[in-house]
Amino acid sequence: MTEAALPAPVTAPAADREQLVAIGFVLPSFVIIAGVFALPLVLLLGVSIVDANGLTFTHYKRLLGMPYYLGVIWNSLRLGLLTTLIAFLISYPAAFALARARGPLRSVLLATLFLPLAASVIVKAFAWTILLRSDGIVNETLIALGIIEDPIRMIFTETALIVGAVNIFLPFMILPIYAIVAQLDPRYAEAAATLGASPVGTFFRVILPLTLPGIIAGVALVFSLSVSAYVVPTLLIGEKYPTLATTIAKAYLLAREPGFGAAAGVVLLGIAIAVVTLSARLSREPK
Amino acid sequence: MNRAAIVVCWIMAIGLALFLVIPLLVIAAASFSPTPVFDLPLTGASTRWYGRIGRLDGFWPSLLLSLQIALLSTAISLVSGTLAAIAIARGKLPGAGIFATALVSPLMMPGLVLGIALLQGFRAVGFTAPWATLLVAHLVITLPYVARTMIAGLARFDFTLIEAARTLGCTYPGSVLRVMVPALAPSFLIAGIFSFLASFDNYPVSIFLADVRTKTLPIRMLQYIEEAPDPTLAALSTLILLGTVILLFVSDRVVGLHRMAGTSD
Repeated sequence: MTEAALPAPVTAPAADREQLVAIGFVLPSFVIIAGVFALPLVLLLGVSIVDANGLTFTHYKRLLGMPYYLGVIWNSLRLGLLTTLIAFLISYPAAFALARARGPLRSVLLATLFLPLAASVIVKAFAWTILLRSDGIVNETLIALGIIEDPIRMIFTETALIVGAVNIFLPFMILPIYAIVAQLDPRYAEAAATLGASPVGTFFRVILPLTLPGIIAGVALVFSLSVSAYVVPTLLIGEKYPTLATTIAKAYLLAREPGFGAAAGVVLLGIAIAVVTLSARLSREPK
Repeated sequence: MNRAAIVVCWIMAIGLALFLVIPLLVIAAASFSPTPVFDLPLTGASTRWYGRIGRLDGFWPSLLLSLQIALLSTAISLVSGTLAAIAIARGKLPGAGIFATALVSPLMMPGLVLGIALLQGFRAVGFTAPWATLLVAHLVITLPYVARTMIAGLARFDFTLIEAARTLGCTYPGSVLRVMVPALAPSFLIAGIFSFLASFDNYPVSIFLADVRTKTLPIRMLQYIEEAPDPTLAALSTLILLGTVILLFVSDRVVGLHRMAGTSD
């Protein structure tokens, strides 16, 4: 409309030329995503079902048929589920406080989110190995407070694993929720209250649905990160909590069983794709 | 919200802030430990561990390798990712929405699976030089960060401003340089910082492409931690954290953390 109103100050390039330029612009990224991401993943699927004798499903039979490997898959899911649940329960209320904070307090709180987010995962996991040692600070503090008498074994337990995982993946939960909560118009809650809704009713029928996109984004991100975490279980619990991620690493780096490792990789990939697809569908649904 | 709910929210927020910062403070404190064990709370202070970082086995080549890979992959991704984001934002590209999703999708995929897929893929085509495979692999790690930030940044940019500048007598390159570049500079900086950090810290992809002589710093660090953790590692970790703090401080001055929180969804 504006183009028609103005006396065409610049000659607009032909539509097909613009499209050609656009294709030229995306070409380098397309080559990277197709050649170094999509194609290798398809090849991985091939490696998991083809061996020297042709088509085979032995790797999947071993993975999905043996109780040990079903336990491994469950360990991964359990790590993902517990981490996501705890991170959500902490992050959701905290996001509301963060959204109300102003001035220097807000800067400090945001800095405490961004610094750990940007900090190296290996550094943070290493910090937890120091914190949770039997002569570490957590034990000494608990003894000093009289909560326990003797140091308790914390490192290389599931508790250590979950505490570390929650700590490391927490910023990925609170930031998307905060981004939504900060834009929440307080007048919605006021309107609901004026119209006679109880605080609990306002929360479940107004605030929760409005913040759902942030929750879905945070939950999907934290679950896909924690279900496939490798550094965290390696340093905080070790051999006795085998996950799909540690099984993949072992198959490739120690046992030299690429076919089996690839099958475990495809299962983990399947979980990740399921989470992404589900979250995309949920956030598209009209509320 | 009623008063009790607000109090609960504040307790959670402050608890969360402390919980997130404690491991970082512990690392920094442990790096000044006077004894080879992590004697906390500190009974004295010593800076000798910082002097020992350079003597860690294979430290300098690994640091150099990680810096090279992170800087180069970030530079390449910034160029190709920004070009792609411009094409997507202009809306002249068929299937732009699907392509935008594809560009960001490696962020949600397990790093370890990408690592073994790349190992298989590179082997299949006979591409096995560790340095080059690491660089190419890190393009997939950095590109999604650039694409996500630049697509979000460009969604707020009004392309008719360029036309307006040209109407007012600016040349096309001049109007891009004087209108578009300043408007997108903050997004560009954030994209650069986060993709650099993602590459510099990557373990799950690099581990499958490294060999005995070509090990990135995270691979080296995990190896030190598993073999013999001592305060030297805490000192190295503290220096890495310090670098991260400086990068974040710069981006806060230029962009503001508040805006970063809004864009990094």
